[in-house]
Amino acid sequence: MDPQNVGILIVDDEYSVRDSLCSWFLADGYRVDTAADATEALDKLQKSPWDIVLLDIKMPGMDGIELQRRIKKIAPKTITIIITAFASVDTAIQALKDGAFDYICKPIDPDELSHLVRNAIDRMRLVDENIHLKERVEELSAADDIIGETPAMNSVRQMIVEVAKTDATVMIRGESGTGKELIARAIHLNSNRRYFPLVSINCGAYPEGLLESELFGHEKGAFTGAQYQRKGKLEIANKGTIFFDEIGDISPKMQMDLLRVLETKHFTRLGGNKEIGADFRVISATNRNLEEMVKEAAFREDLYYRLNVFMINLPPLRDRAADIPLIADYLLKKYSLSMNRKFEGFSRAAVDRMMQYSWPGNVRELRNVIERALVVAKGLRVEESDLSFPSAVDGVKSSLRPLDDVEREHIAAVLNQLAWNISRAAEVLAIDRATLYNKIKKYDLRK
Amino acid sequence: MAGFVYLFRLGKVDPALLDLAERCIRDQFRLPTRIAARKIDLAPTFDSVRNQYHSTKLLREVITDPPGDALRLLGLTEVDLFIPIFTFLFGEAQLHGPGTILSVHRLRHRFYGLPENRDQFHERVRKEVMHELGHTFGLVHCFDPVCAMRSSTYVEEIDLKSEEFCDGCRLRLEEKLTPLR
Repeated sequence: MDPQNVGILIVDDEYSVRDSLCSWFLADGYRVDTAADATEALDKLQKSPWDIVLLDIKMPGMDGIELQRRIKKIAPKTITIIITAFASVDTAIQALKDGAFDYICKPIDPDELSHLVRNAIDRMRLVDENIHLKERVEELSAADDIIGETPAMNSVRQMIVEVAKTDATVMIRGESGTGKELIARAIHLNSNRRYFPLVSINCGAYPEGLLESELFGHEKGAFTGAQYQRKGKLEIANKGTIFFDEIGDISPKMQMDLLRVLETKHFTRLGGNKEIGADFRVISATNRNLEEMVKEAAFREDLYYRLNVFMINLPPLRDRAADIPLIADYLLKKYSLSMNRKFEGFSRAAVDRMMQYSWPGNVRELRNVIERALVVAKGLRVEESDLSFPSAVDGVKSSLRPLDDVEREHIAAVLNQLAWNISRAAEVLAIDRATLYNKIKKYDLRK
Repeated sequence: MAGFVYLFRLGKVDPALLDLAERCIRDQFRLPTRIAARKIDLAPTFDSVRNQYHSTKLLREVITDPPGDALRLLGLTEVDLFIPIFTFLFGEAQLHGPGTILSVHRLRHRFYGLPENRDQFHERVRKEVMHELGHTFGLVHCFDPVCAMRSSTYVEEIDLKSEEFCDGCRLRLEEKLTPLR
């Protein structure tokens, strides 16, 4: 920090002290002024901002302690340093308790004074940096808006605001591609934990042993290849939020381990014996029917209740078709910026087509369709012909096709809409589970 | 405007030190020097409780009634200096000033219980003459770690800096010196 940008106000009733310190700081290039008493000091503080105030404890009228309290009220960012005689060190300690940065005894060791002022400037710099970073976090959190004006999405947004203020465990339910991670991120960024990490872990992406190591970390030599000690995601998420995506995919052993961690907030690294504590908020998400899994004993009931304190259900995109143009416009702006291409919007026909489509892959599918459309679009507007729908069934498409073809598409659509819940899909298709399994096999359908 | 930098002996001062300071001023500032004839009595500035001499009072004596051709006034002393608020000072200068004083008391190795090192002591004296006189020409403390205008609150910091002004300080100094030569 350039000394010219640092203002130091010296408050002392002794002229020689004011004069000496003023000369000392002027030689360092600081902006310096002096005040002979508290009244003059307060007057100067009200007229212009001062970064550091050096003030004597013993002054006629209002003393340094009281002056310091007043300074904290009118200029809370100002750093105060108390000048005191050895005899009044106790009073100086009181000043520290009231928020003074430090105190220095008369006569002052010049070296000590230099260090003190440098430390104070360092703190000022850190505070400024911290404020700047927090503002940046606010900006970033505001940038990732959840798009949608339908009652369902307004309700989701309201739930996010309400639950973010608390430390409650949240479970987000919704079909694949509905934006569960986005919701988790919004909860984290609106919570008091937002300046700490949001750590995401896709439980479905790891085999059991690896998931354990990812979550709990490991000590050096815990297993072949563990050459270094490594912190787990739970430890990294300390003071922040941990987001378990696809929680329904974890093994029974992992469910038990996780339950213990959630209950105690303590765990040990693999290969270690030291208990590590971590303070984190838990958000989980799944597109599976956990209630069904609990009934089938595939998911622990106690863990289910532990995770499902506050539930947010994300509607599939087809149930909020009115939001499709808004989301499409948002994505169009986003991708046209990153592709450095200019687009005016979508043609009416393109919008109609998007609104009629069933979007089994939800917002993720919409995103991919728009990204692809922007690549192939020739003009300033995205036309219907630029849109391509790779998903199984297009609701508006009709043609003379073989029965098997139609059956395959229909079964795939039902399965996707019901997040591959076999029991419910069989119910909807009015066939038994065994028949459904046979048809899945016959048509080589995959999740 | 021809003139001289006047050097004052404040108490008993080794003539070799005066010679050293004069050569330094001539080399670094390219200004002529003279030894002031006026004697300054240190006794009124002595503080028996602190066993030190009041720097500001001494500086006031140095700048009182200056010779007509004085460009700057430098008081050199072997005694330990203080101002009430500080435990000690190496020197005190008037920013844009005419006067400055410098104590070599804490520049000597023996002050720190070490055997004398004449060369290093002389180097410290030259650096501090440059530093204090630099203030009188308006130079403030410099962030360049090796510039002579780097602030030094303990002697090791003096040893770390060089006997040169950085380019910026040199430029500012020459702007002030040119009209005086």
